[in-house]
Amino acid sequence: MTTLIRKMMTADSDSTLLVKSLQFLSQRAKAVVLPMVGIAVFLVIWSFAANSIDTSLGKFPGPKAVATQIGNLYHEHQSEREKEAAFYQRQEERNAKRIAKDPGYQPKIRAYTGKETFLDQIGTSLVTVMSGFILAAVIAIPLGIAVGLSKTLNTAINPIIQVFKPVSPLAWLPLVTMVVSAVYVSPEPMFAKSFINSMITVTLCCLWPMVINTSVGVAAINQDWVNVSRVLRLPSLVHVQKIVLPASIPAIFTGMRLSLGIAWMVLIAAEMLAQNPGLGKFVWDEFQNGSSQSLSRIMTAVIVIGFIGFLLDRAMLQLQRLVSWDKESANR
Amino acid sequence: MSILLDISKIDMVFPTPKGDFTALKEVDLKIKKGEFISLIGHSGCGKSTVLNVVAGLLQATKGGVLLNNKEVTEPGPERAVVFQNHSLLPWLTAYQNVELAVKQVFNRKMSKAEMQDWIEHNLRLVHMDHAMHKRPDEISGGMKQRVGIARALAMQPEVLLMDEPFGALDALTRAHMQDSLMEIQDELNNTVIMITHDVDEAVLLSDRIVMMTNGPAATVGEILDVKLERPRDRLSLAQDAEYNRLRSAVLTFLYEKQRKVENIPAQSSSKKTGETGDLQKVDNTNDVDVA
Repeated sequence: MTTLIRKMMTADSDSTLLVKSLQFLSQRAKAVVLPMVGIAVFLVIWSFAANSIDTSLGKFPGPKAVATQIGNLYHEHQSEREKEAAFYQRQEERNAKRIAKDPGYQPKIRAYTGKETFLDQIGTSLVTVMSGFILAAVIAIPLGIAVGLSKTLNTAINPIIQVFKPVSPLAWLPLVTMVVSAVYVSPEPMFAKSFINSMITVTLCCLWPMVINTSVGVAAINQDWVNVSRVLRLPSLVHVQKIVLPASIPAIFTGMRLSLGIAWMVLIAAEMLAQNPGLGKFVWDEFQNGSSQSLSRIMTAVIVIGFIGFLLDRAMLQLQRLVSWDKESANR
Repeated sequence: MSILLDISKIDMVFPTPKGDFTALKEVDLKIKKGEFISLIGHSGCGKSTVLNVVAGLLQATKGGVLLNNKEVTEPGPERAVVFQNHSLLPWLTAYQNVELAVKQVFNRKMSKAEMQDWIEHNLRLVHMDHAMHKRPDEISGGMKQRVGIARALAMQPEVLLMDEPFGALDALTRAHMQDSLMEIQDELNNTVIMITHDVDEAVLLSDRIVMMTNGPAATVGEILDVKLERPRDRLSLAQDAEYNRLRSAVLTFLYEKQRKVENIPAQSSSKKTGETGDLQKVDNTNDVDVA
């Protein structure tokens, strides 16, 4: 009898273990399955909706058309690279022949000038957005710390920030373009003007959220930490380095994530408007092109833009986890 | 012994939108080297204000504080503060928190190796050497307060200022910390001003207990000399007649001579009693921890 009971008990504990592991599995499964279901439903609705919309350029692209285009765009990129490699090889052979005939000949190396592929445009956009973003951070974080530390400076600068903050950077674009073409004149420019235009536009929109968040973070430092610094008589520079900067890292990162998101959106628009190379130009070119494939290529670009935006935000979050002591604020 | 710290007739007036608020009125206290002073009084009576003036974090409106006959005008490491909520920097480990202080205070007076020894020595003193490379969020409240004390001790202050150092801790941890503090005090014989709410803590630790009257315009009410033998043991003292006499003297001061009178907002009092906006006499017993 007792053995029976014991058996039943062990069976019971086994079964609770089973239930628990099932519960755990189902929780994990939920985290994986639910997004999958969401995506599947979205794809179905999308393809139905796409099927029933007719435009002058054919049907609205559905998921299938986009999938085909992803393949196409990748192949185009590969074949363009092959062409480029072939071009350089031809050039080298030609030059070698000339030198064999005429040893004093100085060979001219010409750069390949094929059209930029979708992947090249992605690269250009990423480089532009990061350059503009970093330039903005270099200006905004020290400025934000100064504004946060000094009430006087805050009162003086705040109206300017408040007025410029709501301005769409696209309104700046014509001004930036004109100023850059007037000021940035050098016989051998290190950067293309179009790149400088896009970068400054991105910088202008990144600046304000970063300045505001940094200054708010700095102004809201725990008074106890400031008192510790005062009791120790830390010199101002050490105070900023050892107390202010680490204490406001969470706020600084909030500002950086906010502005990187805005920057990515603004960059695409700026590239479309100003015909600067990048993903925005790709979209605009396809729109002007007006072939039967254009819409599906644009749709592909839309999805890729979304993915890159998402990845940029994740990357910032990872960076924040790496740098910040406040793991709580990095979880959101 | 000569006077180390002279708190000389300080007034503290805070400007408010409704006019000036006098927090302290003629607080006068002379402290000898090596003395352990407790400041006790109901909450809001200005104990922390006194401490902050001594620390230099606040400037007295009238009067002043002299340390070794020199006027205190700004905060400094010779008047180290142990704050109520530890105020460790959360991005630094226990060791680094102490290191920040040591590097600043003993800059160029100690070699790197000496500094390391000194930091570790102070952490050992508060029994935190086993967790010195942990961050504040990885250790308990009592341990954080220990590190806070180690940081203050590492500055080798002339006066150690403690603002309710154990107020946020549970009773058992608090008793433990008090024992630790007595142990350290036996060894170092620091000059200490400690703010407390706890009558037993005041009697157990202090050489003198300074009882403050209620604010506004709070001042020193009575000073009680505690002439109990050291080292003191809390268990044997519980039966000690002198200990109990001192304890009840403090309690008498707090509950009879300085009964807390608070102005209850008109709304709640009219609800309870039907009267409007009168002064209500309230016995605010929760303020002082008798247990």
